[in-house]
Amino acid sequence: MTDQETPVQRPLSPHLQVYRLPLLPLMSISHRVTGVGLAFGTLVLAWWLAALATGPGAYDLFLRFMNPLGGLALLGWMIAIAYHFCNGVRHLIWDTGHALDLGSAERAGYFVLAGWLVLSVIMVGSALLFWLS
Amino acid sequence: MGKQPNVTPSLKTARGLGSAKEGTDHWWMQRLSALAMMVLAPLMIFLVITLIGEPYHVVVAKMSSPLWGGITLLFVCASFYHAHLGLQVVIEDYIGGHAARLMLIIVIRAALIVLGLIASLSVIRIMLT
Repeated sequence: MTDQETPVQRPLSPHLQVYRLPLLPLMSISHRVTGVGLAFGTLVLAWWLAALATGPGAYDLFLRFMNPLGGLALLGWMIAIAYHFCNGVRHLIWDTGHALDLGSAERAGYFVLAGWLVLSVIMVGSALLFWLS
Repeated sequence: MGKQPNVTPSLKTARGLGSAKEGTDHWWMQRLSALAMMVLAPLMIFLVITLIGEPYHVVVAKMSSPLWGGITLLFVCASFYHAHLGLQVVIEDYIGGHAARLMLIIVIRAALIVLGLIASLSVIRIMLT
């Protein structure tokens, strides 16, 4: 005989409309997203170097193609590298067997976010300075 | 690390290679190229920031120096290699079909080899002219 008066306390599945990824998985997928994005950025890097090697005309074409949105892409490239760099350092620390428990991983995550912010501000700030000067 | 029990079977230790037949090379090279990028990426970003808005001859002059040309060449090698290793892991994780996965890995590898050659030969040409 089953007791129908007290319903079984089953775990609730995540509500998809209000579900927010916790910090660690969010940072993990961000590492991949920035990595794939930076891999596509190698296209621009190769074009830039090839244009430089070809001559002023090819370089001018490259600059004209990049003109309206290229500056934003460059800032995005630096911000993505800063994130992949900081979180990559955390991965390398994990690879040595340290900071693998949930608490340390999360604390290291906040360090990564802080480092990312500082590096981004420094890079974007100096890039804008060079742009305007 | 010393406290952890050794769970590796002795035959595996003797042969040194796992079921992938290439041991831990992929994992290890991804880490080594990451270490290289930790040094090279900040230098490369510094170089790019100082070149913003400069005319063609100034950019070429700076890039043709052994220091900055060499850093760019090393950055190209390390970053394209690291990108290839990383993209391969992403593809292996998210692409289920065996044929599609293999095709995509081959295409990505070919594209990065071609792009890497274009980029590195361009740097060498800038440095030599």
